Amino acid sequence: MSDCHDCSAGTTLVAAPPLVKQRIVAIIGPPNSGKSTLFNRLTGLRQKVANFPGVTVEHRMGRVKLDPGREVFVVDLPGVYSLTPRTEDERVTHDVLLGKMKDLPRPEAILLILDSTNLSRHLVLAAPVLSLGLPTLVILNMADDLARRGGGADALELAEQLGTPVALVSASKGTGVEKVFQFLEGATAAPRRPPRVELPVIQNVPQCRAWAAKVGNQSKYHAPAPPIWTRRLDRIFLHPLVGPLVFALVVIGVFQTIFSGAKPIMDAMQVAIDRSGHWIGSMIPNAALSSLVEKGIWAGVGSVIVFLPQILLLFLFIGALEDSGYLARAAVIADRTMASIGLQGKSFIPLLSAYACAVPAIMATRTIENKRDRIATILIAPFMTCSARLPVYLLMIAAFVPERRLLGFFLGTRTAAMLGLYILGFVAAIATARLLKSTVLKSKRSSFILEMPPYRWPTLSSLGLRLIDRSKIFLRRAGTWILGVAIVIWALTQLPLSNGNPSANIANSYAGKIGHAIEPAIRPLGFNWKIGIGLITSLAARETIVSTLGTIYGVEGEGGEHSAGLQQALRNDLTPGGAFALLVFFAFALQCMSTVAVVRRETGGWKWPAVQFAYMTTLAYVCAFAANRLLS
Amino acid sequence: MQLGGTAMIAQKLEITAFRFLIRLNMQSGVKKNLRNVGAKSARNLTELKRGEHGVLERIDLPEEDARRLMEMGFLPGHTITPAHAAPGGDPRVFRVDGSEVALRRETAIRMILRSASASEQKTPPEH
Repeated sequence: MSDCHDCSAGTTLVAAPPLVKQRIVAIIGPPNSGKSTLFNRLTGLRQKVANFPGVTVEHRMGRVKLDPGREVFVVDLPGVYSLTPRTEDERVTHDVLLGKMKDLPRPEAILLILDSTNLSRHLVLAAPVLSLGLPTLVILNMADDLARRGGGADALELAEQLGTPVALVSASKGTGVEKVFQFLEGATAAPRRPPRVELPVIQNVPQCRAWAAKVGNQSKYHAPAPPIWTRRLDRIFLHPLVGPLVFALVVIGVFQTIFSGAKPIMDAMQVAIDRSGHWIGSMIPNAALSSLVEKGIWAGVGSVIVFLPQILLLFLFIGALEDSGYLARAAVIADRTMASIGLQGKSFIPLLSAYACAVPAIMATRTIENKRDRIATILIAPFMTCSARLPVYLLMIAAFVPERRLLGFFLGTRTAAMLGLYILGFVAAIATARLLKSTVLKSKRSSFILEMPPYRWPTLSSLGLRLIDRSKIFLRRAGTWILGVAIVIWALTQLPLSNGNPSANIANSYAGKIGHAIEPAIRPLGFNWKIGIGLITSLAARETIVSTLGTIYGVEGEGGEHSAGLQQALRNDLTPGGAFALLVFFAFALQCMSTVAVVRRETGGWKWPAVQFAYMTTLAYVCAFAANRLLS
Repeated sequence: MQLGGTAMIAQKLEITAFRFLIRLNMQSGVKKNLRNVGAKSARNLTELKRGEHGVLERIDLPEEDARRLMEMGFLPGHTITPAHAAPGGDPRVFRVDGSEVALRRETAIRMILRSASASEQKTPPEH
């Protein structure tokens, strides 16, 4: 940024201040106007997700490469219908545009993106945006859709009326995007003329709407025919009988694909990790170092990385459902059911995501305007069986539940056990929601107002970018938290050194001592000190217990082999009651630092995460105690 | 500090002005309604059958909700058509001003339509 070699490269840019500060351009538009698609189109992989200080609204920043080696930062703001600062999203948009946001200079220019197929209504947002007086490019998105459905807009005429440049663009196909680049090249230079149609009083919605209609008429805007395919599809997806059926099929299909579809990939990854670990271990001559790398780092981090395919597959599904527009219909279908536990249809999307991971699920609760509904959804989301619980469930079920057929070919005992654990978490979530909504978070039934976007094909690039985003977050966690925990656990199981050698018996190591220290507290649940160590390490992330137990039993025995050896070791060490209690404990306890951190961020303080942690841990302890008693 | 203060005052003024406008709007709505309908009570959105359409007269909801609905196209004078619904008929999707918006029954019941004679008059075309 500092080498300003092109400042003198002619054009009108000389007037702009020297490029010491970041040049920022804001993208703003109503929900479903295609903001993110345009943002992805402009920035590609040069983007990151960030949070404004002090607020929970996320925004994306990206660099746009301009022609002569210059670049400009674009910030993708939340979708809003107006700039009246009422909801948090609107307040953030308002503050950013007025330069009131800390750590972010006021944008030099605005890209106002509107859905051209619904221009008269979307133009309402142009009034407050244009009255800010910043250089603005009005982007009429989905121009291809508009033309196909027999509508039309005259960009030049509209530009005349608004006194600012207008571009017809299809962000998903990429047509017309060059006009956006041209605008960005000279963004600081283009002066704005006052609009021909006088701007209305911004606070008055009917007046703004009348203004938009007038501008639309005078610029010869033709509204397109209704979206035929959307109406045809809604006839199926919102059919009184077929609709719920499709809904159920979608949910079942998602789970089925995740569990059976991801398995071969995960198995292959496990084999690759084991083999490469052995190979790397054998390359290192020093025995202690070799053990650290192979059994500490490689096995520890590897046992978590294995779940990447499954998590990505789930995000692929949720992304496709969201981008296609089906998720809004699913929220409508689910609303009645969610209302019966005091929540609403918009809670369905976060709760479905929570089956992959509670962290993105909690971030997805932002679409819920009602604060009490939102907090209730946040508080119950971690009860949904997230993918981090899977390795624990899989290990325990494989070790303790013999495979038998229950219902002919359909259901084996192990599948039934897994299903039971899913239901257990779900029931706990429902009970908690009812409890919350009838006590601390009591509110009269909130409103459910949700716009149905037209159905669209999800674009590969936006799905791909989502997956890359998720992989980065997951791998960063594996590379930091889990790597750190793996190394610490390994060290605790090896130290203190006796006669210069690692502890021969794990009971004498630091890990053993810590485990023994907490044993009295967990003995009533049927857990021994080894499980105790696992519980402590799993506070960072649930799946860590698998690698910890692997390390502990690996150290004690000689094999260190993951699945079969560990299962045998657990069978020797745990009663069926203890095993059942452990499963119940994992179903309920909030052992995930990432979730605690994200709840703190989203609720703006330590109160709710503290309440949630205490509640879930107590519930887990009490229920695990009961489970242990039941079977012994 | 000074600047922030003035901005706040300006914002408060704006809000007060807006509240006043809303009230005006609703009062005029009530008056018109009384004039037009007389004995017959006004219909609301939930009474619209499939294939029918009606013209919105006013929204009897708290300002916050009313404003959100207006931003989504539910403005007095706009034509509203009921569309598909979730099983059981609640929530239902309504077509208004080129969009489709799902509303719960308890919200739709507070949205009052212009009486039949009034809605015969010219209304903005539905997109």
